[in-house]
Amino acid sequence: MSALVELVEVSKRYTGAPALHPINLSVAREKTMILIGPSGCGKSTLLRLIIGLVEPDSGTITFNGSQTTPANIDMLRRRIGYVIQEGGLFPHLTARANVLLMAHHLGKSQSEMRTRLTELCELTRFSGTLLERYPLELSGGQRQRVSLMRALMLSPELLLLDEPLGALDPLVRAALQKDLKEIFTRLRQTVLFVTHDLAEAIYFGDEIVLMNEGRIVQHGSIADLREKPASPFVSEFINAQRGLADLRVESGKQETGKETSHPHLETRNPETNI
Amino acid sequence: MISWLSDFFSISCVPAFLIFSASVFAQPIVIGSKKFTESYVIGEIAKHVLKDAGIPAEHRQGMGGTIILWQALRGGQIDAYPEYTGTIAQEILKTDRALSLNEIRDALMKFGVGTTESLGFNNTYALVMRRSEAQQLGLRTIGDLRNHPELRIGLTHEFLDRRDGWQPLRDRYRLPQQNVMGIDHALGYAALANGSIDVKDAYSTDAKIADNDLVVLDDNLKFFPNYDAVVLFRLSVRPDAIAALRRLERTLDEKRMTTLNAEAERTKNYTRAASLYFASDTNSATSVFGESFTHKLSRWTLRHLQLAGASLALAVLIGIPLGIVASRGGPVGHTILGFAGVVQTIPSLALLALLVPVPFFGISVRTAIAALFLYGLLPIVRNTASGLQDIPRSLRESAIALGLSPAARLWQIYLPIASRSILSGIKTSAVISVGTATLAALIGAGGLGEPILSGLNLNDHITILEGAIPAALLALIVQWLFDLLDRVLIPKGLRL
Repeated sequence: MSALVELVEVSKRYTGAPALHPINLSVAREKTMILIGPSGCGKSTLLRLIIGLVEPDSGTITFNGSQTTPANIDMLRRRIGYVIQEGGLFPHLTARANVLLMAHHLGKSQSEMRTRLTELCELTRFSGTLLERYPLELSGGQRQRVSLMRALMLSPELLLLDEPLGALDPLVRAALQKDLKEIFTRLRQTVLFVTHDLAEAIYFGDEIVLMNEGRIVQHGSIADLREKPASPFVSEFINAQRGLADLRVESGKQETGKETSHPHLETRNPETNI
Repeated sequence: MISWLSDFFSISCVPAFLIFSASVFAQPIVIGSKKFTESYVIGEIAKHVLKDAGIPAEHRQGMGGTIILWQALRGGQIDAYPEYTGTIAQEILKTDRALSLNEIRDALMKFGVGTTESLGFNNTYALVMRRSEAQQLGLRTIGDLRNHPELRIGLTHEFLDRRDGWQPLRDRYRLPQQNVMGIDHALGYAALANGSIDVKDAYSTDAKIADNDLVVLDDNLKFFPNYDAVVLFRLSVRPDAIAALRRLERTLDEKRMTTLNAEAERTKNYTRAASLYFASDTNSATSVFGESFTHKLSRWTLRHLQLAGASLALAVLIGIPLGIVASRGGPVGHTILGFAGVVQTIPSLALLALLVPVPFFGISVRTAIAALFLYGLLPIVRNTASGLQDIPRSLRESAIALGLSPAARLWQIYLPIASRSILSGIKTSAVISVGTATLAALIGAGGLGEPILSGLNLNDHITILEGAIPAALLALIVQWLFDLLDRVLIPKGLRL
């Protein structure tokens, strides 16, 4: 089976400074590919290139066999779901209107939309009673669930997630991580997931792409990165993150005095307003 | 989702434009008058004589001085106005020689302008002072002023500039006074009465001369030419209108004119004063009653709202698209914001004055609306642009990434999110329009500025307040109305 997305020699400069050196990347179907690396390494730019928010200076991007052009990009965007850290929900629309926006735009039938919305609420564990609320009336975690519903509404072939959990507090984040993983598996969703958190990358990733300064440094499994680092930067990045993760666990222990990593999560009802 | 915007457009624009077009396409004979009582009264009389002849007519009161009226007549914004032979010779035909009425008629022909015979009186310029002071100083003639250089002189701006005005008069009589200031005609009488000035220019038929116990200084060197009152008209107006105006010839002597002026100043009601002219005229039995205050007030207010409403509707229709273009930045965006900003810095009075000589505009309602529109543009353009620019990048990009068409992004996402800023720009513009519309009266476009202006001309505070208080109330109501609209139009999600 061919790759869903194919980037060939794609490069991008922002006002002189190269954001992305010519890179090649294939995104396999039904897998979760993680893009990880320090801030400014070009991982978000890569996502923005695929969804057409920026145009490449050189190279070609192919989606499901067809090359993206300004002429067909709006059609392709409707087959891609995109969730960002800030959620990107429109404040003047209710949660329901946000989710249904594109379906309305494309003239889907009422019954079709209702059925899909019920499915999505169940899938994302979002209480239907909250659908009439405006984004400002929802918590951060609820907002990201709505944002995810909006991205999934048209059953996209590809889901692009740009640090979707980056702004959430650790408990909410852990709950959403668990739910997201479940959703990806259930839908056999092709996902391109940007994060700078190694633990999150390991939790989600079938494949990990480590980037630095606009280049792909290494592409493989976490085991590959650990055991066969392509450069000193890879080890450095992994060790630095592990150090931080260990520190976090240490301080967590001191505060709670408990050994388990997420004691609250085990008892938490997923339907509650996280 | 976008219905709030289209609703808003349909509510505000449709009536405004109906009113606007109605006022532009109706074609009565338009009489103009200068900014002093006698001119108002003759203008009113001319209107009535036309209406008696079954010809629709309207009167634009107190439009300004000689040049403005003459330009308006030549430009076709008015069809007729009262004038004086001396003024025609000096100011319009620019000659120093006294001209006979026939010479004047021939000279005006080439401008497409005709004149009636004399209406029957000579309203010459004169210098006046308090009777008590004149007697005390033993002053009888203008020449006697030579011995009293300490006297303070207050003159109308027109008299200061005229070819038959202050400069040649001073040269002719070799007057020594240094203390000369420019002052409005009606205010000048008040200044003379309370002793702030000692001498002022006057028209010999001014009712104030008798009312304030003033004396006219004898023009012993015969400096002032004759100022026989006539009505000038465009030769292209309908012949029956010219015939009706000519019915006024030789029907007003100086005494009668002075009486009518006095009546006008006493009652502040030019219509009633004009009706006195017809009351003693058995040939044209008219029943003209003074307009009641409530009727006047509603007429002023309605016109005021028409002016402000039409200009606001235009500013919204043009300002929002301009604001959308401006929000995209670049040289075009900067040019738009720069232009709107520069217009705003021009004083409103100057903006009106600048538009009057422009061919399409002139002395008309159009000009007032255009000036108000230009004035109201900036807040709308700027708030639309900044409202759109302030939309976070994450929201813009989400709208794009969803695959919404550019039009859908604008109408369903960007404009609603910027709606609050846009509406507050429209509110600012509306309040400015309602306030500035009072200036429209300066170019005869009516509105609540009309009583303010005639109040200023007559130095009558009550009349000023008749316009000023409703105008201020209107501004408050507009403000309150927009606060209400904010609650109705702004999406709930943005008000949390």
